[in-house]
Amino acid sequence: MHELSIVMSIIEIAEKQAKAANASVIEEIELDIGTLSGVAMDALEFAWQQAVKQTMLQDSLRKINRIEAKAKCLDCDTEFTIEKYDDACPACGEHLLNILQGKELRVKSLLVS
Amino acid sequence: MCATCGCDSGSKSTFYLLDNDQPQHGYIQSHSHGHDHSHSHSDDHLHQHSHDDHQGLLHDHSHQHPHQRTVIDVEQDVLHQNNLLAERNRGYFDAKNILALNLVSSPGSGKTSLLERTLNDLKGDLRFAVIEGDQQTTNDADRILATDTRVLQINTGKGCHLDSQMILQAVQQLKPAENSVLFIENVGNLVCPAMFDLGEKERVVIISVTEGDDKPLKYPDMFHTSTLCIINKTDLLPYVPFDIEKVKLNAKKINPHLEIIELSCTSGEGLPLWYEWLKSKVLTVAVS
Repeated sequence: MHELSIVMSIIEIAEKQAKAANASVIEEIELDIGTLSGVAMDALEFAWQQAVKQTMLQDSLRKINRIEAKAKCLDCDTEFTIEKYDDACPACGEHLLNILQGKELRVKSLLVS
Repeated sequence: MCATCGCDSGSKSTFYLLDNDQPQHGYIQSHSHGHDHSHSHSDDHLHQHSHDDHQGLLHDHSHQHPHQRTVIDVEQDVLHQNNLLAERNRGYFDAKNILALNLVSSPGSGKTSLLERTLNDLKGDLRFAVIEGDQQTTNDADRILATDTRVLQINTGKGCHLDSQMILQAVQQLKPAENSVLFIENVGNLVCPAMFDLGEKERVVIISVTEGDDKPLKYPDMFHTSTLCIINKTDLLPYVPFDIEKVKLNAKKINPHLEIIELSCTSGEGLPLWYEWLKSKVLTVAVS
């Protein structure tokens, strides 16, 4: 259940940014979460509902951009979408991959007023 | 609240520095996860825009306008704070030439046994210090203390992993010696600790032959972020349906760069390989 820690960090980042901009309301929060980020989305949802109470994110609209993981084969340079770390290159069958995207876990933007 | 873990709500971490020089190895420190930066988010910068001292021009349109909607491009990693502190720890370790190793595994894979064996066998060759992480008890720290090694126990309470803030505080109390090896035994958990950089030099994942040989596939994050995999309890191989070649293949599929060492803390088989690996990672002080 490290998702609770993750949500607490998101709240901290969002409140800090909103206050620095002299905003009193966070209307919307946009998150980038890659499919290989290590976050379980249902656990995140559960933690979110509990953790945002009495914070500036309590009534915020949440947008999550799921970022599909992509890798490049270090043997034959093929770029492809992966679901798991142990996926093999569809062209040559190798496992020596460079993960290009999909590990993102970040607060992208806030809409404040 | 601490840097990343949500452990402020009644689940404080506790730090116990165990010391053989203290009577009844008293827990000389039991301070509860400090958090002296108890920032209460109390809006201390209360909406500065009262426009009153704009070079004395009293344009008193008295703030009727509603707050404008603004988009803030944050683009900040959620684990940014943990990663910053981890880098700070890493810098400290580098400066002091401390080899910090983060030991991760499921509960019961033999992390503490491996440490006991290693500390006893190598204490004449290298200097060691240990940080133990568990939800509760100082049982592991007690075992380490019995090897005459400096040890600090972190009890995470409800926490499922160690984070860089805990290590920062632990190191401030433990004060590991220069040119030493610092073992950080994480909370037994193959999921959560994967995401939290502690500032370690290497991450060592341990599995034992009494577990399933598909473990790397089931818990890929941990195997992907580790540099060394130790397969422990090999003396039990004749008694369990554990395919060691399969587990190695699975681990290599997740992380082709992973080094693998097979050993048994009970029989001692394979330990020299681990000791060799350890010594190869210890930086020798440059002699001018």
